[in-house]
Amino acid sequence: MTEKKTATLSLEDGSTFTGFSFGARRSTLGEVVFNTAMTGYPESLTDPSYSGQILVLTFPLVGNYGVPPMETEGGLPRFFESDRIHISALVISDYSFEYSHWNAVKSLDLWLAENNVPGIYGVDTRQVTKIIRERGVMLGGVTLEGEPLPTAFDDPNRRNLVAEVSCRQVETYGDGPLKVALVDCGCKYNIIRCLVRRGATVMRVPWDYDFTALDYDGVMISNGPGDPQMCGATVANIRKAIEIGRPIFGICMGNQLLSLAAGATTYKLKYGHRSHNQPVLMAGTDKAFITSQNHGYAVDPSKLGGEWEPSFVNLNDGTNEGIRHRTKPFFSAQFHPEATSGPVDTEFLFDKFIEEIKAWKR
Amino acid sequence: MEEIKKVILLGSGALKIGEAGEFDYSGSQALKALREEGIETVLINPNIATIQTSESVADKVYFLLVTPDFVEQVIEKERPQGILLAFGGQTALNCGVKLYQSGVLERYNVRVLGTPVQAIIDTEDREKFVQKLDQIDVRTIKSEAVTTVADARRVAAELGYPVIIRAAYTLGGLGSGFCDNEQELETLAAKAFTYSPQILVEKSLKGWKEVEYEVVRDRYDNCITVCNMENFDPLGIHTGESIVVAPSQTLTNSEYHKLRELAIKIIRHIGIVGECNVQYALDPGSEDYRVIEVNARLSRSSALASKATGYPLAFVAAKLGLGYGLHELKNSVTRSTTACFEPALDYIVCKIPRWDLGKFKGVSRELGSSMKSVGEVMAIGRNFEEALQKGLRMIGQGMHGFVANKELEVENIDEALSHPTDKRIFIIANALHNGYPVDRIHALTRIDRWFLEKLRGIVDLERELGRVQSLETLPDGLLREAKGKGFSDFQIARIVFKTGSEGSMEREVARVRDHRKEHGIRPVVKQIDTLAAEYPAMTNYLYLTYNGTSHDVDFPCDGQSVAVLGSGAYRIGSSVEFDWCSVNAVDAIRRSGLKAIMINYNPETVSTDYDVCDRLYFDELTLERVLDITDLEQPRGVIVSVGGQIPNNLALRLDHNHVPILGTQAGDIDRAEDRHKFSSMCDALGIDQPRWKELTSLEEIYKFADEVGFPLLIRPSYVLSGAAMNVVSNRDELEGFLTLATNVSKQHPVVVTEFIENAKEIEIDAVARDGEVLIYAISEHVEFAGVHSGDATIVFPPQKMYVETMRRIKKTAGQIARGLNISGPFNMQLMAKNNEIKVIECNLRASRSFPFVSKVLKVNFVDIATRVMLGLPVETPSKSAFDLDYVGIKAPQFSFSRLQKADPVLGVEMASTGEVGCIGEDFSEAILKAMLSVGYTIPRKSVLLSTGDSRSKTDMLGAAQALQRGGYKIYATRGTADFLALNGVEAEVLHWPDSDQQPNTLDYIKERRIDLVVNVPKNLTPGELSNDYTIRRSAIDFNIPLITNARLASAFIEAFCRIRRSEITIKSWNEY
Repeated sequence: MTEKKTATLSLEDGSTFTGFSFGARRSTLGEVVFNTAMTGYPESLTDPSYSGQILVLTFPLVGNYGVPPMETEGGLPRFFESDRIHISALVISDYSFEYSHWNAVKSLDLWLAENNVPGIYGVDTRQVTKIIRERGVMLGGVTLEGEPLPTAFDDPNRRNLVAEVSCRQVETYGDGPLKVALVDCGCKYNIIRCLVRRGATVMRVPWDYDFTALDYDGVMISNGPGDPQMCGATVANIRKAIEIGRPIFGICMGNQLLSLAAGATTYKLKYGHRSHNQPVLMAGTDKAFITSQNHGYAVDPSKLGGEWEPSFVNLNDGTNEGIRHRTKPFFSAQFHPEATSGPVDTEFLFDKFIEEIKAWKR
Repeated sequence: MEEIKKVILLGSGALKIGEAGEFDYSGSQALKALREEGIETVLINPNIATIQTSESVADKVYFLLVTPDFVEQVIEKERPQGILLAFGGQTALNCGVKLYQSGVLERYNVRVLGTPVQAIIDTEDREKFVQKLDQIDVRTIKSEAVTTVADARRVAAELGYPVIIRAAYTLGGLGSGFCDNEQELETLAAKAFTYSPQILVEKSLKGWKEVEYEVVRDRYDNCITVCNMENFDPLGIHTGESIVVAPSQTLTNSEYHKLRELAIKIIRHIGIVGECNVQYALDPGSEDYRVIEVNARLSRSSALASKATGYPLAFVAAKLGLGYGLHELKNSVTRSTTACFEPALDYIVCKIPRWDLGKFKGVSRELGSSMKSVGEVMAIGRNFEEALQKGLRMIGQGMHGFVANKELEVENIDEALSHPTDKRIFIIANALHNGYPVDRIHALTRIDRWFLEKLRGIVDLERELGRVQSLETLPDGLLREAKGKGFSDFQIARIVFKTGSEGSMEREVARVRDHRKEHGIRPVVKQIDTLAAEYPAMTNYLYLTYNGTSHDVDFPCDGQSVAVLGSGAYRIGSSVEFDWCSVNAVDAIRRSGLKAIMINYNPETVSTDYDVCDRLYFDELTLERVLDITDLEQPRGVIVSVGGQIPNNLALRLDHNHVPILGTQAGDIDRAEDRHKFSSMCDALGIDQPRWKELTSLEEIYKFADEVGFPLLIRPSYVLSGAAMNVVSNRDELEGFLTLATNVSKQHPVVVTEFIENAKEIEIDAVARDGEVLIYAISEHVEFAGVHSGDATIVFPPQKMYVETMRRIKKTAGQIARGLNISGPFNMQLMAKNNEIKVIECNLRASRSFPFVSKVLKVNFVDIATRVMLGLPVETPSKSAFDLDYVGIKAPQFSFSRLQKADPVLGVEMASTGEVGCIGEDFSEAILKAMLSVGYTIPRKSVLLSTGDSRSKTDMLGAAQALQRGGYKIYATRGTADFLALNGVEAEVLHWPDSDQQPNTLDYIKERRIDLVVNVPKNLTPGELSNDYTIRRSAIDFNIPLITNARLASAFIEAFCRIRRSEITIKSWNEY
């Protein structure tokens, strides 16, 4: 690190928090959200769902184990969820200048700088979280010492963030017998890994690509950033896929888009679910799971078509955590069965998807 | 299935090393959970000082030992439908397994709630455990026995180097060692085969990280991991001996969740219902791991995890045992979200063990795979440095944090780093001060560099502060940073003012405090809410930090709150009894309609349960921190007299800082604490004390010795090595002790007291108001004065005391209460010989025996004392101790077996780690119950007597005769045998261990041909002690009951010769 410089997080409501700058030395704007996970910054920071967001980590000690190398395996980086950092800025309490881990090659500070993403440490992130919890997610900015605080904020949700992070052309991974069309709304790479590991050839297509024209056995609709209402093109394609009838599995944004296609509506949560400890109950059972989540919008299942039903519900606030078709192999989860980062308890949903594909093929 | 209406819970008995206060906490939580369901609860636990054995916690309490025979009798009497085995440590678990295996549970149709016994057996039996985990491809630590070097080579190649070689069937690690390659293996294996025909080859995990998970499972197979924890010290040091942080700090997401997934896989496969703990070794260079062990019960770690996260593990485990699902229970912190979740922390906790090895003669200080610590603290901060430095102050051994302490003198730093002792963390500070780079410390300790870098950062900050010449030139930013990294005002004062001694620091510390307050540098109060602020929580579980900008709570400052200062870490001399006192004070405050604020930092306690009080500050009991809290809370007053010596010592300084002390005033407390002031008051009142003087030169001491004669009790104010107090019997010993072990000078005076032999020791526990005694309890020690009151066996009401003595004691207590204007609890220790009484000491606070006398008398002394301190009316109980139709005995629990090489002898320094209290129909029955409860067994056929001086020999004669009548085979050392023969008791002579004559005591002990060893030293001189040391130590090492006091031995022997184990009455507390 060069000399210490301060940086300030300012929120729409006028509150400011001054800490010290690390990572890229620049100012930026975004939507301020918090995450309560205690591990997994290399995974979270590269999660495209955070696109446009200033991420506040409630766990105070960050950077402890550095950043792993950018090695690739099967065409994907082994330790990250995409090729770059997607957050706009990172806000933490205590930064570990010295990292320690056998698999680390650089510090978080350097990695942020390389990705041109600014960070602030020394902020009371619990207090920021409480403000967001009380007043809802807010726009905000990170301002480097000596620069003027922002007077106007920019709402990234008014942009089509999915379009910004989705791939530009069809890419293929794996060579398994099952052909899965993956609609990339900002896909985390572990979704691809989970599918390939189970014998799938994954055809990753742009968000608005008409995948129904492809020769596929099942459709995976990925996670992604922002407001699902922006993805009309995807919803239209999903409706087509529903007609076709081959298995469909949606995750996070994928749950919202499948729900929209199934007649439900979506709305913006006050402050979203971003953590590794969200409990969900499988509808109609006593089976509960701890899940990793990262979403600001949720599904209102009340207008779901009669052939559909909620499949999971959040045990804390009762929000929808997934839907399924009563008779056909269409289902989705609001949480992240692919985890990374977070608990892996619901990875069995990929098994289920693969089983459905196999059943359909028979 | 029969409905559960009544449940028995097995407690853990006396606190001992490895099984301590955490089980009072978990048992109390479980009982609370059952009560909430309307289930009748029966508790078996002889530990009378616990919260769980209090009136309002369980419906019935049996102060009986937790062994299959007694538990069966209670089952027969109570006929419960269910039993809980997981809340009383290993004691309860072992007892439960035996009850299951012997068919008792089935016979009485008692259902084990929670984890099935078979699952417990699968985790306890090493072989079954390994097989069980093999079934699901989970790696365990395996060793293979081989008989040839070639086989050793093959096994080592399979396991991968480095490996450990252990020679089988040898003690003390003979022939064991590490091998890094085949060559080393061949050399070592060859050597090992010279000791033993068989050697074990095991993969060495030296330097691997040690990580634990607390896992919960319900009957629907839902699983959560409540917390993970990482040891600061790598594998090789028992987790109870290690500094531990939660959550883990050096694990990536992949490692964290890999181990989490495995933990869930294991708990499912084993079939736990409730809670269990999984310990891992994790390779610091890959994701390779091994499962070390699984504890299918609540544990010390689970208590820590509960406090670290706010997740009430024991409470939830009890509910799950009743059949609830996790998702059917609420998160008791938020009260709105579900209990089926995994806490998100937004802070770090640091657990630090508390050792008391200085109290033991001869004990090995090296840390290893067995536990020696007697207690622990938990510190909460928003970075590691803050938590660690807080914690190092909390352990209460004169340290101010990681730096700015009196530097240890270390001869060989490399050696000290690679052979960890209880001083390890301060050796690291020393190494850093001596310019050791982190890499070198890492190489010697294998502690992860992340931790070491943080420690280096503290030392760097210390250096930066050291460059500042005055407070005025101390930049705010630097001061803020230092406070954020856990520096106390004291540390800052010492570093900035560059002053030496501690006594003169008070003014400087106050200047730092004032300075930082003027500059707006104050701590903020944060909540522990289990969800990292994601959901609003009404929680009152709080800590202070400098790494934050706003408080989480408001401070009403309405004069309606009272702060209770708790007891801090459990240690020898201050344990669960003060937690009982603290909790009862809090209860009394709340019942009176006021708000109770609790300050304490011991994760093993009930007082640090957030639902016990209105506000819990889980934080330091230093003057600085208590003032921070009183500044914010502005309580009506502070109670310093229920938490033992730590709060008591703060009284005067709190008073100087205008904090209102409730009850006896600080100045009066000081008059009791200050030896000189107390003495002059006693003189003025005509109260006798053993003669004593505070002296500063050897000449003066010799002169005093000539006046009062030997033996003398010496209490140095500065100790070089060994125990602080000593008894000397002649001039040579006096000189030896004063020149070798202490330093006598003007700065370090020595208190010399006459030591009266063969005097009865008596305690009085009492409560007074405005100097008038309201209630008192007099109890007597079985042992004569000279055994520390914490190690003595105490009888209440006294059975062998002159009425005259009693009257005089009462009168003296009244005079002192008036003289010190006592309002609140107090305790006095006195000596009596021929009706002459002398006051040994007086404490104006609740004592160790308050819960004991309160429960035996069924009058809550702390409740009365608290009401007095609050200025509320008190009903004076009419009950007098003489009316009791039963006898209570409090007996000490020792943990010598854990303390390798320590001499298990009793003296003026306390050595016991816990206690029990039992009630009996008469003295004999009570003492029998109490002695059995602390681990003694009735000998089957043979007893070894070695009974010291002629006085002890005479004392023991009756007992020896009883043994003879009872048909016991008596072995004795030469002198004792001769004495017994003269008195018509037949004894076979066994020779001293240092002689090579046969038959020899040592062989008989090793061959376990003796069932009870009575070894009474003639006196406490080093020469005499070393003489019998081998007998005592081998009795401990071979697990043969040992008594070292003639009067106690007589009482025990006469009791078991008169009453059979099966004749002991099974009565619950309320039946007396």
